[in-house]
Amino acid sequence: MLMDTIAAISGVNPRKCMRCGKCSGSCPAYDEMEYHPHQFVSMVESGRIEELMASKGIYTCLSCFACIERCPRSVEPARLIEAVRLAVIRQQGKNHLTPEQIPQLLDEDLPQQAITSAFRKYKR
Amino acid sequence: MTYPYFPGCTLKTKGAELDACGRKAAEALGFPLEEIPDWQCCGAVYPLAKDEIATRLSSVRALAASREQGGKLVTLCSACYHVLKRVNGDMRNDDDIRRKVNNYLELELPYFGETKVLHYLEVLRDTVGWDELKKKVTKPLTGRKIGAYYGCLLLRPSRELGFDDPENPSIIEDFIRAIGAEPVIYAMRNECCGGYTTMENNTYAAKQAQKIVDNARNCGAEMLITACPLCMYNLTKNTDGSVPVKYFTELLAEALGLEEQNG
Ligand code: SF4
Ligand code: SF4
Repeated sequence: MLMDTIAAISGVNPRKCMRCGKCSGSCPAYDEMEYHPHQFVSMVESGRIEELMASKGIYTCLSCFACIERCPRSVEPARLIEAVRLAVIRQQGKNHLTPEQIPQLLDEDLPQQAITSAFRKYKR
Repeated sequence: MTYPYFPGCTLKTKGAELDACGRKAAEALGFPLEEIPDWQCCGAVYPLAKDEIATRLSSVRALAASREQGGKLVTLCSACYHVLKRVNGDMRNDDDIRRKVNNYLELELPYFGETKVLHYLEVLRDTVGWDELKKKVTKPLTGRKIGAYYGCLLLRPSRELGFDDPENPSIIEDFIRAIGAEPVIYAMRNECCGGYTTMENNTYAAKQAQKIVDNARNCGAEMLITACPLCMYNLTKNTDGSVPVKYFTELLAEALGLEEQNG
């Protein structure tokens, strides 16, 4: 069930992955993730979605798309990470960032783009 | 020839210099930009989820409006370019997304991704041309050592954006040469600056940004240029500030001698 949700949101087929590790080797967030991109793909494939949903790494993926660029099998790991993150924040009361937190995070130089993108990435 | 132009939310506020200098220079180079009417914020990040329609609508509205105005849409902000171009690709290639968006918008004529999304730098390269630009430069930035900062949004995924070689890009270096300065190549010019995480996890974003600035400085860059207001923020506010950062349009306006007309 959860696997179907992830597949529907991401459009990714994790079975295409050949475990070459190029995605993880390219990832600037590697050290910030308990499950690195290639592991993430294989955990989705074997249905370990709850563990991924509970991991903090889903909020450290920068959406820099290096993994998508370099994957020789067009797996698109970043889409899977986004899908798992969405499976979390689309639940009632599970937003990772709330409007009440915003005022204390603002500084006068912060561009609108930062606020808009943070809301798009952390909140539904 | 006038181009329809999508400024985006940030260029109306914190990124005003990127916009003002860009417009002035475009005018001087013979491709005036005309803001499309009633545009709305593109959302700043591309909706990766295949099942999200609402987050794609503002982009499609802008794209469809430009279709009626010559079929091109120019942006200056890397994020707007990234979002508009990828959503345009969805409208062209993803049957499901195209059907749902068109059902929702009920445009007079359904939209199929006909508009061509262009970054300002692509107009400089492909329409003006570097040699032509060079001829128009009245105040060359001779002797200045400048590092191009590409970041992510202009380059990746290259299959969808087709902007430049994602691993070894050259368009901003060519621009730097055209305005008379010397480009400095450094390894991290296409690495992520920390992006949207800056608000929620500032220490993390700062670590990313500082690595880039250190690398550029160690390779001899005296200045970095960018096309993205968020990169600008991260590379200045989240670092030791050892390398100044400017928008590429600021240097363009300077080289074209348009600075003194600055209000
Ligand atoms: S998009 Fe996310 S997972 Fe992929 S390389 Fe960038 S930070 Fe790593
Ligand atoms: S780069 Fe692609 S094929 Fe290689 S491990 Fe990552 S997802 Fe799998």
